[in-house]
Amino acid sequence: MIRSDAPVLLEVRDLCASVDDRPILHGVNLTIRAGEIHAVMGRNGSGKSTLSKVLAGHPAYAVTGGTVTYQGQNLLELAPEQRALLGLFLGFQYPVEIPGVSNLEFLRVATNARRQERGEAELDTFAFEDLVNARLAVVQMDPGFLERSVNEGFSGGEKKRNEILQMALLEPMVAILDETDSGLDIDALRIVAGGVNQLASPDNATLLITHYQRLLDLITPDHVHVMAAGRILRSGGPELAHELERTGYDWVDQELALAEVG
Amino acid sequence: MAATTLAQTWQDLAGAALPSRQMEHWRFTDLAVLTGMEPRPWSGADPLASLQLPAGVTRLPEAELAAVAGQSLAPTGCGDHWPVRLNAGARPVRLGLRVEAGADPLQLALDAGGAGELLALHLVLLLEPGASLAVSQRVLASGAAVCSLVCEARLAADAQLHWGLVAHGHSSAALLGHVAVTQEPGSSLELVTVCSGWGCSRLEPRVQQGRGAAQTRLRGLQWVDDNQLADTHSLVRFDGPDGHLDQLHKTVAAGAGRSVFNGAVQVPRAAQRTDASQLSRSLLLSDRARVDTKPELEIVADDVKCAHGATVSRLQQDELFYLQSRGIAAAQAARLLLAGYCQDVLRELPAAAAGWLPIGSPFREP
Repeated sequence: MIRSDAPVLLEVRDLCASVDDRPILHGVNLTIRAGEIHAVMGRNGSGKSTLSKVLAGHPAYAVTGGTVTYQGQNLLELAPEQRALLGLFLGFQYPVEIPGVSNLEFLRVATNARRQERGEAELDTFAFEDLVNARLAVVQMDPGFLERSVNEGFSGGEKKRNEILQMALLEPMVAILDETDSGLDIDALRIVAGGVNQLASPDNATLLITHYQRLLDLITPDHVHVMAAGRILRSGGPELAHELERTGYDWVDQELALAEVG
Repeated sequence: MAATTLAQTWQDLAGAALPSRQMEHWRFTDLAVLTGMEPRPWSGADPLASLQLPAGVTRLPEAELAAVAGQSLAPTGCGDHWPVRLNAGARPVRLGLRVEAGADPLQLALDAGGAGELLALHLVLLLEPGASLAVSQRVLASGAAVCSLVCEARLAADAQLHWGLVAHGHSSAALLGHVAVTQEPGSSLELVTVCSGWGCSRLEPRVQQGRGAAQTRLRGLQWVDDNQLADTHSLVRFDGPDGHLDQLHKTVAAGAGRSVFNGAVQVPRAAQRTDASQLSRSLLLSDRARVDTKPELEIVADDVKCAHGATVSRLQQDELFYLQSRGIAAAQAARLLLAGYCQDVLRELPAAAAGWLPIGSPFREP
């Protein structure tokens, strides 16, 4: 849903970043308004996942240039937890297993931290269980997963559902979903995509990072961006994703070669 | 319970010189806390005055206790260990218990106080064939003190013992504890030890499967901070075939704490088809902390499965970031990870022992 007068939630300008002194992002530009769903597509190694981690504040990535403004604030000077508290959410490509930490307890602590930031009352154990049981329906998740350690022994699909469950509880303003479709069979993909669609609203925004068109068959993006060599090479509407599906990424190489010559 | 003679030195009391760091098994273990204190015998109240024996557990008559005491020490090879000798020389409070099938859980609490005294306990548990028992044992010190424990258990065929020891001391206190268990075929032992806060602790769980074919499960957690030292030297010996061992030892080393783990597993020729695994995991929370961990496997039998592993790590950056990315502040994220790390061991404590964990991170939320 595009409204050109909707407030800008996230503004990325000329963002450069490196990991282990190796430059990965070479000037990314992206503007995301409330109500929008964006998709960033590209091959492995194009910098898609790096972009998501830099936005979430992963300490292994160093920002070497550019700016990121989130709801009027300089995002880059905020600690990862502050970004999350202010409503930025990263759905991990590989959700981390944390043995010994109960999933339910983790979800409760995270939910209460966000509620506190928003000036809402903390939920006690019972109130939280009511909330989480209601949110489980968004991803059709078995309540049994609440009793286990965070992501420990979860299948790929269960981990991704757990990510969307967290998103449903934290109610982010901007959700960045990093390859949420990877490792999912078609049923799990439908459930996860259904969850994302349910949570999208005119007030928030979603940034999907994906290789494939198949996620975009289930979640229709307003904007599609093609990333290559650490930059956004081309932006367009949903038709750009269809074009990619038809033509593959070969044209990207040609454009990159031209850009280098130019 | 007061001793009638005053020993002048630790050496007099034990009848042998203090272990020195020239000795292989004391290489990393400095007994400075002990040597900085004069050995003064216990003058407080009977530490077992409040002991209540549950159904199915009866006291051994004095004569029988005298006959059986020490019988688990020789087979587990620790009869002449210095801490065991010290215990004998310190005129320990002695308690012998016979356990029948279907016994109710037993609770044993020992508080060595903080008055610079030596409190010694010699416990003997006899589990009859098919008996089962959960023991929650608590050892405390609140200041300068030395606590000496020799705990023996004999598990007859098909007996089951679930033993949780929670020992929380003080930076000027020392704990010297031997837990010696002999197991008959079909028996099962689960020993869970949690040790924290002592200036110096040396814990030696020692198990012998006399004819193999028994189950041994060992879980240990030790936490050191400041200048504390915690040392666990374990031994499991299989003197027959088809024995099983599952051992996990965890350490958290903060401040300038030092942690030592030495895990001996002995599989002589008679112990064919032994299945043993040992894992030592250490978490270093500070650059000044030190961890020494060593498996000590002696395997002669050829048809066995013996796995061992040791890891030393810091809190995982990816795990911390994952929690932070959900709005959990770094300090709280670290606390959650730490509690999760310890949970592997803590959740295996018998119920009463779990309730005795020190309050505060990482053991129990206040």
